Amino acid sequence: MVSSLYGIDQERKSIWVYLEVEADGLAGVSLELIAKGRQICNQLGWQLAGLLLGHKLGELAAEGFAYGLDEVWLGDDPLLEYFTIEAYSKAAFEALMAAKPSVFLLGATPNGRDLAGRLAVRLRTGLNADCTDLYMNPRDERLVCEVSGFGGGVLALIEMAQHRPQMATVRPGVFSPGELDRKNVGKIIPISLDLTEDVIKTRTVERSIGEGVDLTRVPVLVAGGRGVDGDFNMLGQLAQLLGGEIGATRPPVDEGHIERERQIGQTGVVSSPKVAICCGISGAFHFVVGIEKADIVIAINSDPEAPIFDYADYCIVGDVHQIVPALIEALSAEREVSIG
Amino acid sequence: MAELQIVVCVKVVPKPEEIRVDPETHLLERTNARSEINPPDMNAMEMALSMKDRYGGRISLLSMGPPFFEPNLRVALAMGADHIYLLSDPAFAGADTLATTYTLVQGIRKIGDVDVILCGEESSDGATGQVPPGLAEWLNIPQLTLLTDVSIDQTLRTARGRREIKGGYEILEVPLPCVISVKTACNEPRFMDYRLRSWALEKDRLTVWDAGDLDAEPGHIGLTGSPTIVTGLAEAPYRERRREFLQGSPGEVVQELAGILRKEVEV
Ligand SMILES: Cc1cc2nc3c(=O)[nH]c(=O)nc-3n(C[C@H](O)[C@H](O)[C@H](O)COP(=O)(O)OP(=O)(O)OC[C@H]3O[C@@H](n4cnc5c(N)ncnc54)[C@H](O)[C@@H]3O)c2cc1C
Ligand SMILES: Nc1ncnc2c1ncn2[C@@H]1O[C@H](COP(=O)(O)O)[C@@H](O)[C@H]1O
Repeated sequence: MVSSLYGIDQERKSIWVYLEVEADGLAGVSLELIAKGRQICNQLGWQLAGLLLGHKLGELAAEGFAYGLDEVWLGDDPLLEYFTIEAYSKAAFEALMAAKPSVFLLGATPNGRDLAGRLAVRLRTGLNADCTDLYMNPRDERLVCEVSGFGGGVLALIEMAQHRPQMATVRPGVFSPGELDRKNVGKIIPISLDLTEDVIKTRTVERSIGEGVDLTRVPVLVAGGRGVDGDFNMLGQLAQLLGGEIGATRPPVDEGHIERERQIGQTGVVSSPKVAICCGISGAFHFVVGIEKADIVIAINSDPEAPIFDYADYCIVGDVHQIVPALIEALSAEREVSIG
Repeated sequence: MAELQIVVCVKVVPKPEEIRVDPETHLLERTNARSEINPPDMNAMEMALSMKDRYGGRISLLSMGPPFFEPNLRVALAMGADHIYLLSDPAFAGADTLATTYTLVQGIRKIGDVDVILCGEESSDGATGQVPPGLAEWLNIPQLTLLTDVSIDQTLRTARGRREIKGGYEILEVPLPCVISVKTACNEPRFMDYRLRSWALEKDRLTVWDAGDLDAEPGHIGLTGSPTIVTGLAEAPYRERRREFLQGSPGEVVQELAGILRKEVEV
């Protein structure tokens, strides 16, 4: 049996969350993990800490405290300004070895997964990817990670006996973020780093990051499948009227009708809108997991036998190319009446 | 210039739509499910083949799994690869990410002098994308994940690729050797070349290595080498929906739907 670099007998009873930074602050998934970590820590009386890496991060630690962190371990260095796997994994590794937390949680984002995969091997510990829920086994204070089994239907519960930290990743949108309370303050602990340029093997030749859409928490999601025949303009009009965004199944994304970041489902986004409107979508399991958290699901499909109707609250059998334009008209007419 | 040595990590998985869950035990029933190459690995295969088309070189398929992986791997070989290494030993069973990556890396070391290791984005029954960075860590080499395309400079010995990230992309360059994971659906995998079929079925095209051949530490492989333990199974919560079919003429249905939306969304 391989041992991890530190084990259960050396762990400190704390949960660490990797704080991913986006243009406008902490990433949504980091806030979601803070909320989940806070809940577990409150039950056990443990400390909740965030790991924040970057350069000139300003108010971000304060944002973490406001969402419920007790501590922020801060690695601030010009060489951490942009994510490179070498610098980030080295800084994270040193911080983890210094603090020896029991649990380390990361968002299942491109960078979060890269970092998690590297660190788990470096620490010789286990990693549960894409967990659908996390909780503590009250008997022995071990983390239980729930992961969805192949094909859905069953969930596997996975634990680690000796190895620490207990690592897990969770996709954006799976947990809900907590309330912001600016009165909360915590302690910033600087990480001592000896990063040098030669550690970094990855050269960034070009980087282009636009606004990006976040479909995890839009009020209304208008999703189109193969049945809309690429007509996402029509769906866009409907989404706009309802103050929502458009999403899609995988085929229209693969065919280039819509950006990949709008794909909903197992390999896309898990969305929790108030209302999800599924247009011309058959209802494959891979898609349905992405809308399970919607308050209300409406499905429009020409095939009365389509499986999507099993996952919908309101079912409309009909041609999307007729129903959707008529719906747009009905909604715009109502609007004019209510304005006039 | 030595020819480019490419390894593609390929897993064989049961077809998801053919897996049943036993209603009594809630265990996965995969005995009747047919196997296929993990679909994202087909995109890695295609990227390897287009690399070989452009730069020449040799493609080895590497897979850890039971002997029944063989027929699917031979079909993949007939797409235009050169050899199959199947890491197969009952002692490898039950491996989680740590043990899987260790075992694959022992295979990569034994193949030797590898320049590029290509993986799929994730395995449909697996650890979801944690194998590629794990391989890179054991080998202490760079990684480029989620690439949609890649080019190799054989003189400078670098790989450069486009990586998809939230809201955009980045173009990254690393020295060889490196691990690359390929964005699912970023290319159209080619069909197998029927002319290569009988060649691909020849005995010598496939090498099987067991734990002894790999000099694998017994404590690092299979269930023993896996820190994570499955302690239980639970039924996925199923969200009961209303399943109410709106009735009437198309006009009536649309009006009713507009009413529901107005109430729920406050347009
Ligand atoms: C490993 C893996 C991961 C995957 N991940 C995802 C994922 O994250 N997200 C995802 O969506 N898929 C994913 N898929 C693909 C998934 O299995 C399905 O193939 C996909 O969701 C089907 O998309 P669809 O419903 O748009 O197309 P189809 O299944 O082709 O359904 C089209 C539907 O439109 C209806 N229709 C046709 N014309 C009309 C019309 N004029 N009006 C009304 N209805 C009409 C048809 O009756 C049909 O029900 C994944 C697959 C694999 C193997
Ligand atoms: N048993 C295996 N044999 C060969 N390659 C594998 C195996 N498991 C995972 N991989 C590779 O690693 C990628 C990511 O898998 P995963 O991390 O399990 O989602 C897959 O697409 C494969 O390329």
